[in-house]
Amino acid sequence: MNQAFITDKREIIRLEGITRNFQVGEEVVHALRGVSFAINEGEFVTIMGSSGSGKSTLLNTLGCLDTPSEGEYFLDGIPVRTMGKNARATLRNRKIGFVFQSYNLLPKTTAIENVELPLMYNSAYSATERRKKAIESLIAVGLGDRLNHKSNQMSGGQMQRVAIARALVNSPAVILADEATGNLDTRTSSEILVLFQKLHAEGRTIIFVTHNPEISHYTSRNIQLKDGRVINDTYNNNILSAAEALAKLPKNDD
Amino acid sequence: MNGTNLIKIALRALANNKLRGFLTMLGIIIGVASVITMLAIGQGSKKSIQEQISEMGSNMIMIQPGADIRGGVRQDASAMETLKLQDYKDIVNETRYLAAISPSVNSSGQIIYSSNNAPTTVYGISSEYLEIRRYKIEEGDMFSEQDIQSAAKVCVVGKTVIDNLFKNGENPIGKVIRFNKIPFRIIGTLESKGYNSMGMDQDDLILAPYTTIQKRVLAITHLQGLTCSATKEEYTDLAIDEISEILRRNHKLKQTDDDDFTIRSQQELSSMLTSTTDLMTVLLAAVAGISLLVGGIGIMNIMYVSVTERTREIGLRMSIGAKGRDILAQFLIESVLISVTGGLIGVLLGIGASLLVNGIARFPIYIQPWSVFLSFAVCTLTGIFFGWYPAKKAAQLDPIEAIRYE
Ligand SMILES: Nc1ncnc2c1ncn2[C@@H]1O[C@H](COP(=O)(O)OP(=O)(O)O)[C@@H](O)[C@H]1O
Ligand SMILES: [Mg+2]
Repeated sequence: MNQAFITDKREIIRLEGITRNFQVGEEVVHALRGVSFAINEGEFVTIMGSSGSGKSTLLNTLGCLDTPSEGEYFLDGIPVRTMGKNARATLRNRKIGFVFQSYNLLPKTTAIENVELPLMYNSAYSATERRKKAIESLIAVGLGDRLNHKSNQMSGGQMQRVAIARALVNSPAVILADEATGNLDTRTSSEILVLFQKLHAEGRTIIFVTHNPEISHYTSRNIQLKDGRVINDTYNNNILSAAEALAKLPKNDD
Repeated sequence: MNGTNLIKIALRALANNKLRGFLTMLGIIIGVASVITMLAIGQGSKKSIQEQISEMGSNMIMIQPGADIRGGVRQDASAMETLKLQDYKDIVNETRYLAAISPSVNSSGQIIYSSNNAPTTVYGISSEYLEIRRYKIEEGDMFSEQDIQSAAKVCVVGKTVIDNLFKNGENPIGKVIRFNKIPFRIIGTLESKGYNSMGMDQDDLILAPYTTIQKRVLAITHLQGLTCSATKEEYTDLAIDEISEILRRNHKLKQTDDDDFTIRSQQELSSMLTSTTDLMTVLLAAVAGISLLVGGIGIMNIMYVSVTERTREIGLRMSIGAKGRDILAQFLIESVLISVTGGLIGVLLGIGASLLVNGIARFPIYIQPWSVFLSFAVCTLTGIFFGWYPAKKAAQLDPIEAIRYE
């Protein structure tokens, strides 16, 4: 691990002793029991763990959707824990790009309109700027030829690309992907991984939450959760190329 | 997020579900259209009654002897002798708010000219009566002050009387007709006024000097009534107070005594007659208003379904930066757009239906601008009111749960 290489990069995420407790009836569920780590600009991190290990809770915290019970969270240097609801909404709008397992595109809506959506909630953008940014994002994910296709006219892989374009459109500090390949077949999953690797190569910071251990081979760092704690945090010195893996896959039958 | 973006988003959501949007609107459309039509019909009949009453005379005040109906049986006004000539003279001299005043003594009976005869009423009045009741002389002249002084046997006749007595187109001026065996020389004819709203023929009358009727026909010295005209409609009440004061003084009534006369104004008559149509209007509008309410509940219903259906969309919008108030505004704008568009169509439909009622059923209609604005305002409020709870529910969703909602 090249320490010098890491320290001259900006710190995007810093968690300090994050805990998250849920009150369920009489019982208190400890979803996170003291999670601390920092992620620098340009890292591609997988967060792994079995079901119930606290991945979703951690992702919600990182995405400023949830507030930790204890501990501090700094996103791009901004302390999030003390923020109100509206301030967190604005922070999400400016600093975070979400990619969900089930795409969550608006139905009967074109790719451009879907991608524009985050900028609709930022009054700094005019309609023309919005459109320009959306087209740039769609080109970046390889959908430059499907700008006006509606969400219900697209395949799963294409929809996930639109969702990724939407996550890119506000130039976020970090992209948070939640099982982003979970609904896709092997081939399409690889294609999406190729896209994420491309974005990584362009210097973007990506956090990919998954229960699939395969994925960690393609990312630069792997954080493993168990029972709400980090049990393993390693840097990957031998990142595999998703493009090569894709080339080795048998061609689609259909 | 700015307003234009919100409206764009709401319009897009509506465009995605055109049929549902239209069906939701239908409730509002029918509600507003019926409110407008009902009010148009109600106001139309009220207006026509008011017009007919105002044709009766200008700012009329009618004074009759005898107290107002109070519990028991009212005595026949003509039998009361409390109203005297002196009362008339004092009112003429003392009031400031009357433009015209005429005594009235009437007698009904058979009128005869050669072999023709017909029943009619002879009104003993002064010449100011024409102004008060808006009669105009068509041919000849009105009788003069001199005729009144001398109780001259002259008269002015209405068109119906002429038609009944002069069958072969004779010129009635100068002819002598008989009423109760007393000969009256016709010196003028009246312009026709037609029938009034109560179906009374306003041309079936004879006007004669009140002195003539008093002395030669009825053989009385009192008056059966006084008919006046206030200088302005606003002065009607002042005039009534003044007349009442004079009469109470002349009749030497004590503070505790009830009036021995009754004063009614044309305004009162008008509001008495229009109170029925007012009630009808209120009832019709209430029924129509209920259908607007039902329309509003329809909006609420659909908005609830819409919020539930679009839970994931709401979760997504929140996760990419929509604040609670953005979501609230989005759904509120959606419901207001439905109700306002429905209202607009409803207003047009209501106006169309009113014109149809007027054209086919010949019913008088009157579309008051305020009823249109009111319906429109009520629609917008309906949209806000019934859209509020679903929108609030949407705004309060937890994005974490909403985004994973199945
Ligand atoms: N809203 C909640 N209320 C109660 N318990 C919760 C809630 N969210 C998560 N948990 C609990 O916290 C633990 C971690 O859950 P989660 O973060 O969803 O794990 P993972 O995503 O790794 O499966 C689980 O035991 C789960 O039941
Ligand atoms: Mg989970």
